[in-house]
Amino acid sequence: MSISIHQLAKRFGGFTALDGLSLDFPAGELTALLGPSGCGKTTLLRIIAGLEQPDSGTVEFHGEDATARDARERGVGFVFQHFALFRHMTVYENVAFGLTVKPRAERPSKAQIRDKVFALLKLVHLDWLADRYPSELSGGQRQRVALARALAVEPKVLLLDEPFSALDAKVRKELRRWLRQLHDELHVTTIFVTHDQDEALEVADRIVLMNQGRIEQIGTPAQVYDTPASPFVLNFLGHVNRFELRAGQARALGGLGIAAPANEDGPATVYARPHELELNITGQGIPTTLRRARLAGGQAIVELARSDEDQLIEATLPREHFLALNIIQGSTVYVRPSNPWVFLGDGI
Amino acid sequence: MAQSAVLRVSLYDKPKASGRWLRVGLIALAVLGLGLFLVLPLVAVFASALQAGFGPYFAAIIEPEAWAALRLSLTAAAIAVPLNLVFGLAAAWAVTRYEFRGKQLLVTLIDLPFAVSPVISGLIYVLLFGAQGWLGPWLAEHDWQVIFAVPGIVLATLFVTVPFVARELIPLMQAQGADEEEAARLLGAGGWQILWRITLPKIRWGLAYGVILSNARAMGEFGAVSVVSGHIRGLTNTLPLHVEILYNEYNSVAAFACASLLAILALFTLGLKELAAYKLRTSRAGDES
Repeated sequence: MSISIHQLAKRFGGFTALDGLSLDFPAGELTALLGPSGCGKTTLLRIIAGLEQPDSGTVEFHGEDATARDARERGVGFVFQHFALFRHMTVYENVAFGLTVKPRAERPSKAQIRDKVFALLKLVHLDWLADRYPSELSGGQRQRVALARALAVEPKVLLLDEPFSALDAKVRKELRRWLRQLHDELHVTTIFVTHDQDEALEVADRIVLMNQGRIEQIGTPAQVYDTPASPFVLNFLGHVNRFELRAGQARALGGLGIAAPANEDGPATVYARPHELELNITGQGIPTTLRRARLAGGQAIVELARSDEDQLIEATLPREHFLALNIIQGSTVYVRPSNPWVFLGDGI
Repeated sequence: MAQSAVLRVSLYDKPKASGRWLRVGLIALAVLGLGLFLVLPLVAVFASALQAGFGPYFAAIIEPEAWAALRLSLTAAAIAVPLNLVFGLAAAWAVTRYEFRGKQLLVTLIDLPFAVSPVISGLIYVLLFGAQGWLGPWLAEHDWQVIFAVPGIVLATLFVTVPFVARELIPLMQAQGADEEEAARLLGAGGWQILWRITLPKIRWGLAYGVILSNARAMGEFGAVSVVSGHIRGLTNTLPLHVEILYNEYNSVAAFACASLLAILALFTLGLKELAAYKLRTSRAGDES
């Protein structure tokens, strides 16, 4: 089922959580809402679920206005950040809950419920824990119970609020892959909220980048990574180095091997990712001094201090390239962005 | 170096020794205080009640006026406690689940009976519902008697027991949050299903604790009830009032016999309260693991 939202706005007191958002979620896609905390992503998710009401704007499910529809009638599966498992019920009872509260006419028989719950528990590999209580489970297991519980009512949309943030790093990684596989099997429209760019880049079909209640960019992981629409997007998707060029200095872009933008004399900001910097000792680019170099596996992580300004630059390059440069602490190294992002204007 | 070692020894040893004395002293003080102010009177109640043997003791208890007083005390509690349960639950729900104007005022008002002397609250009811009170003439017209009758006693009992359930539930429900209720709603559960299957099981021991405390207060209340009761024997005397009357008549065996009934009710309540507190603690500990 597709979801579209139009001009959605929501304020909490003086804080604007959503500032007139419009967006489409195509059917069957796995979309990540990515942004820093306080950007409105969880509010958007809760409005889609019906747990919050927007101040203005509409939510459409499959082309029908669902803004006024009660949460219990929206047919969404929701996984909470801290799972919100019913603490006084066993795993089995938790998963069966959505089926047992159905009106008598629609309620499946006891045997049907049992079959369905065990099928779901098998799907999440937890059928052997059916009689346990949530407090007896690990974080990863609770997460999977929460997912099975949400899937029991056959939702047309699955919403996940920071689904992996309460888990430790290793479990998080496993569950990410598993969620992706599960989505490929079930093909239910899924939206998940995250502040972790790696998670979004790895799992999602599409990423919606949000900032201060607005959308910064929408695109596939490759699109947002390769063609960031704003300095915010660039900054949010991993570490970047930033070079400020004041008015008049923009000409220096030529010296960096960057195609100079139209208004050559205006101020500009150049961004470059650590692995998109070329290091040389032949005098091309920005002069720097080698501060520190660490060899981490196949990579060298290099910290450089600019000679002309008080700024540190981080670069990563293949181990062999670094060793071939034959430089030590204190050596002068020149840096040139191989794939720079130029944004015009002051103080972006 | 040697000096610092000496210093260290003296620094660490002294508090240890004085710490032990402090500990022993405080424990002794607490035990002494408890014994003097709680255990001794309790023993005295039973000793005085039984000073003439079991015969007069039981005679005093099965005497019709004592029975009527016990019945009235239980009736007042049986009406006030369930009403408190519903009110406390509703108030705690409203305070912890919704944002509204005057929320802080509501929380303060819930605590009012703790701050106001019970006698004053009784007087307020006399002022409102008494023969010379604001609503007195209207009540007389409809032939309803509130003051010096059972309704007044129930009202006074309600007033003094209002805070217990809500006070117990508000922090508990705040700590538990609304995630589970939201999850249930998204799974298709209706309001009553959420209340019966999610919220009540979550808060049951906190609720039990509040109910027990409010029951104890309801049966033991003296001041507020004394003002509105009128002390009509066999009609508007609760057990605590009955004890006072007997005592004033120098019938100390009967007075202490009835007092011992109250003491037994109190001990029983204390046991139940501890059980509820224990269950509350263990159910909370279960959530955290």
